[in-house]
Amino acid sequence: MYIIVVGGGKIGYFLARQLLEDQHEVLIVEENAEKAAQIAEDLGEIVMIGDGCEASTMERAGMGRADMAIALTGDDEDNLVVCQVAKHKFNVPHTIARINNPKNERIFKMLGIDATISSTGVILGHIEQELPSHPMIPLMTLKGGGLEIVEVKIPPDALVVGKPVRGILLPQKSLITLIIGSDGQARLPSPDTMMQAGDEVVAVTMLESEDALRSALTGTIPSQRY
Amino acid sequence: MRVIIMGCGRRGSALAAMLDSEGHDVTVLDVDAAAFSFLPDSFGGTEIVGNGADEDSLRRAGIEQTDAFVCTTRGDNRNVMAAQMAKHIFNVSRVITLVHDPIREEMYSSLGLRTVSPTRIVANSLKEALLAEESAPEATLSAGEAMQGGNG
Repeated sequence: MYIIVVGGGKIGYFLARQLLEDQHEVLIVEENAEKAAQIAEDLGEIVMIGDGCEASTMERAGMGRADMAIALTGDDEDNLVVCQVAKHKFNVPHTIARINNPKNERIFKMLGIDATISSTGVILGHIEQELPSHPMIPLMTLKGGGLEIVEVKIPPDALVVGKPVRGILLPQKSLITLIIGSDGQARLPSPDTMMQAGDEVVAVTMLESEDALRSALTGTIPSQRY
Repeated sequence: MRVIIMGCGRRGSALAAMLDSEGHDVTVLDVDAAAFSFLPDSFGGTEIVGNGADEDSLRRAGIEQTDAFVCTTRGDNRNVMAAQMAKHIFNVSRVITLVHDPIREEMYSSLGLRTVSPTRIVANSLKEALLAEESAPEATLSAGEAMQGGNG
């Protein structure tokens, strides 16, 4: 795949390095010449100096044949525009944006960005997971109909503890995809998989079903209905 | 009309002063409080410090009650992001934004934003002024002379 990464900060650098290892064709667009030179020294001539938000820069970068555009700058408005221009002007099939202000997730989604990653949101989620009221971490949002991937930690007093997966009343369009035990072992759930305290459940859900999913997995009093 | 103007630089403040003097209910929003010094002393509207591309700042500026929202900052990306938030999240009926880069302007205009391109307008004005000079009789003569001089 040809992947264009806009923003040559730490995330862009490590991401590009990994993608190169995986045999992808990668181009980093970075405004700062010094940063660009450093990356080029480490990773080779895969850097272009320029403002990744400018359509002319994108043209030079070959955005028209890119399979994916990833915007990783520290400014949400820049990331939004990179993805929108990539999508609407250059018909790039996949666009991913880093979000700094978690509140911007909604607008990015409404405006058709395929996936958003909010490091602030992930860290917030981890903090909130320490609190009993918020044991859910949003891992990633997907475009198709407002889906997202979340991680939920099962508290010891949750009703689902000791129950099989099929016994859990999940909200509509929610799916448990992976269970990571407290021993760190990941297992693919079958209907008979038993839930244990401390399990970390990775699930796909609709944005609006987040709360219902959280109650279904972590609730301690019998829930009404979903 | 209630209108929020994002960006209180030369353009934003000029628009704000004009609308305010015509009796509209104007709120200006800028990340830098010092920018409000561009406004005339007679300005009777509201000044709010905040980033227009931030939902909370938009709410503080009264985006939920406004009739119109205008983006006038120098940053195209900030402008189009704020404009899209106003239009798609807050359903403001009249949203207008400056977009300096003509390519981005064309694209956002095709995506349904009401855009104004200072670059295009200024380039057109300059061209018109230039051609008006050229078509004036004395200007034509001097242009011809200059050309001959250049070739010789």
